[in-house]
Amino acid sequence: MKGPLSYLQPGRNTKVSDQSETMSFIPGQPVTAVVQRIEIRKLRQGEHLILGFSIGGGIDQDPGQNPFSEDKSDKGIYVTRVTPEGPAEVAGLMMGDKVMQVNGWDMTMVTHDQARKRLTKKNEDVVRLLVTRKSLEQAVKHSMM
Amino acid sequence: MDNESQYSGYSYKSSHSRNSRKHRDRRDRHRSKSRDGSSRGDKSVTIHAPGEPLLDTESTRGDDRDDNWGETTTVQTGTSEHSVSNEDLTRVSKELEESSPLECRRFLGPGLGAVLGLFALVTPLAFLALPQLLWREALEPCGTPCEGLYVSLAFKLLVLLISTWALFLRPPRATLPRFYVFRCLLLALVFLFVASYWLFYGVRVLEPRERDYRGIVGYAASLVDALLFIQYLALVLLEVRHLQPAFCLKVVRTTDGASRFYNVGHLSIQRAAVWVLDQYYSDFPVYNPALLNLPKSILSKKSSGFKVYTLGEENNTNNSTGQSRAMIAAAARRRDNSHNEYYYEEAEMERRVRKRKARLLVAVEEAFTHIKRLQDDEPAASSPKHPREVMDPREAAQAIFAPMARAMQKYLRTTRQQPYHSMESIINHLQFCITHNMTPKAFLERYLSPGPTLQYQRENTMGRQWTLVSEEPVTSALSKGLVFSLRRLDFSLVVTVTPLPFLHLGEEFIDPKSHKFVMRLQSETSV
Repeated sequence: MKGPLSYLQPGRNTKVSDQSETMSFIPGQPVTAVVQRIEIRKLRQGEHLILGFSIGGGIDQDPGQNPFSEDKSDKGIYVTRVTPEGPAEVAGLMMGDKVMQVNGWDMTMVTHDQARKRLTKKNEDVVRLLVTRKSLEQAVKHSMM
Repeated sequence: MDNESQYSGYSYKSSHSRNSRKHRDRRDRHRSKSRDGSSRGDKSVTIHAPGEPLLDTESTRGDDRDDNWGETTTVQTGTSEHSVSNEDLTRVSKELEESSPLECRRFLGPGLGAVLGLFALVTPLAFLALPQLLWREALEPCGTPCEGLYVSLAFKLLVLLISTWALFLRPPRATLPRFYVFRCLLLALVFLFVASYWLFYGVRVLEPRERDYRGIVGYAASLVDALLFIQYLALVLLEVRHLQPAFCLKVVRTTDGASRFYNVGHLSIQRAAVWVLDQYYSDFPVYNPALLNLPKSILSKKSSGFKVYTLGEENNTNNSTGQSRAMIAAAARRRDNSHNEYYYEEAEMERRVRKRKARLLVAVEEAFTHIKRLQDDEPAASSPKHPREVMDPREAAQAIFAPMARAMQKYLRTTRQQPYHSMESIINHLQFCITHNMTPKAFLERYLSPGPTLQYQRENTMGRQWTLVSEEPVTSALSKGLVFSLRRLDFSLVVTVTPLPFLHLGEEFIDPKSHKFVMRLQSETSV
């Protein structure tokens, strides 16, 4: 099940609902977001392990050019493209998602290259991402009302 | 227009008497420091020459003037325009006897300095001349070395003379309450110096009738050298030391809060006070007492509101404190809306001023179009049908003053500047502007914004009386956190001293080749 509101089914798509807060980042304060846990199994293509999506962003990049971010000073890692029928799409990743964590490693304050490296480690078969998107927050609000 | 001029004429005449009374009051108050204020009760009136400003600009009570002008037009006690009463005579004599010590005091210090300086300058010549006069035959002749010394002596004396004239022979502009320490020090030094030289001269040369003339000339030359060095010291102490800024003075006027900041060097308090006053006269806008207070209509509403009735109580003393306390408590609890009214009153006032200003501008512009300057090559009378009479600036000014007079007067009344500008002064200014080809806007700049106090001063040899109020002795140097104030009759200037911060200036070298730029990154990686 891919819906964000699947509390009752533990599994890949359980949502970790933290406090609902906007995605903007206040320096010095802990970041709170409504996230979805996505587990992607890497696909072997030739000698590469691919995940099937593209990332953009990073603290060394220009945040103003990011079409997916709400706050144009947000330097997080965003999913810019999802290849159809790839492992990412199967797992439920959508274009425009912001990647918060990869296998427990933080992705909100990393350079573009560090993010790429975290995602493409050769000895890992599975990556567990925490991603957030605006529709998650709205869904939580609706469900609470 | 006829009515206008008559009306203004009355107010001028009344204010003449008011003006003179103010002058007299001020002198009385000043006098009463030394005597016992016995002359304060005079109520006689003097008539000053017309053309003076309506009020002395520095000690005015604008509110009084508006209320009482009607009374003073009718009452003139004991004098007519052409007679001088007994009271006038006694008062004039008192003034004379009192003003002369002031005038003399002003020139006492510099006079002493001048005498001493002259004495010091004449001394080397005397040193040279006395042996020649007294025992000429016995002197050894001295040839070339003496002549060299003569020439150098002459030039040094010339330099001393010129520099003394340039530096020190200036009319003093202020009398200070205490002695000017550096100047006294220098005068004492010069006196000691010259006296000791004379002493040695008397003992070593005059007594034994010294015959070595070259030595005497050398002695005189050394005196002149020493005088030059003393003058160098004087230059440094009196003129140069206070040029480099060390303190920042904040000057605030107590009545309306106008403030300025100035940078000064190391000065004593009294010298700093004189310096501040120099700047005050040209920097601060003129003090206008009419602009100070909130309109009474706003403030008076606070007090009204509650009336306290006593119901059959006969013992009033117990009640009064209870009453006042109750009123104060009630007034505190009531919501205060006077700020609202103040805001609207301000807006209304501003609107009124702008309207009058617009009318004034239009009137003046139009008035200026009525005249034009006659070029030299134009014939004066262009045609017999329209003869143009040639006017000098004064007549031209009077001719075009008429259409703008009403607008001008209304504007001055609205901005409460009418004490500072009499009709005579406006016409004079108009004449001045016409002579110098000024535009209407240039003519009006004097009236549209309050100028510095100096603009409204009249030629007055009596000088301005200021009192320096300070907790430290006034000859001590400026230091951090010092506060002193300069008091005049109805306002004062409070001066606070803060030292200028010490600056740590660092250096950073930027290689011109190090200015490089790149485009910002936006990469997308597929994983």
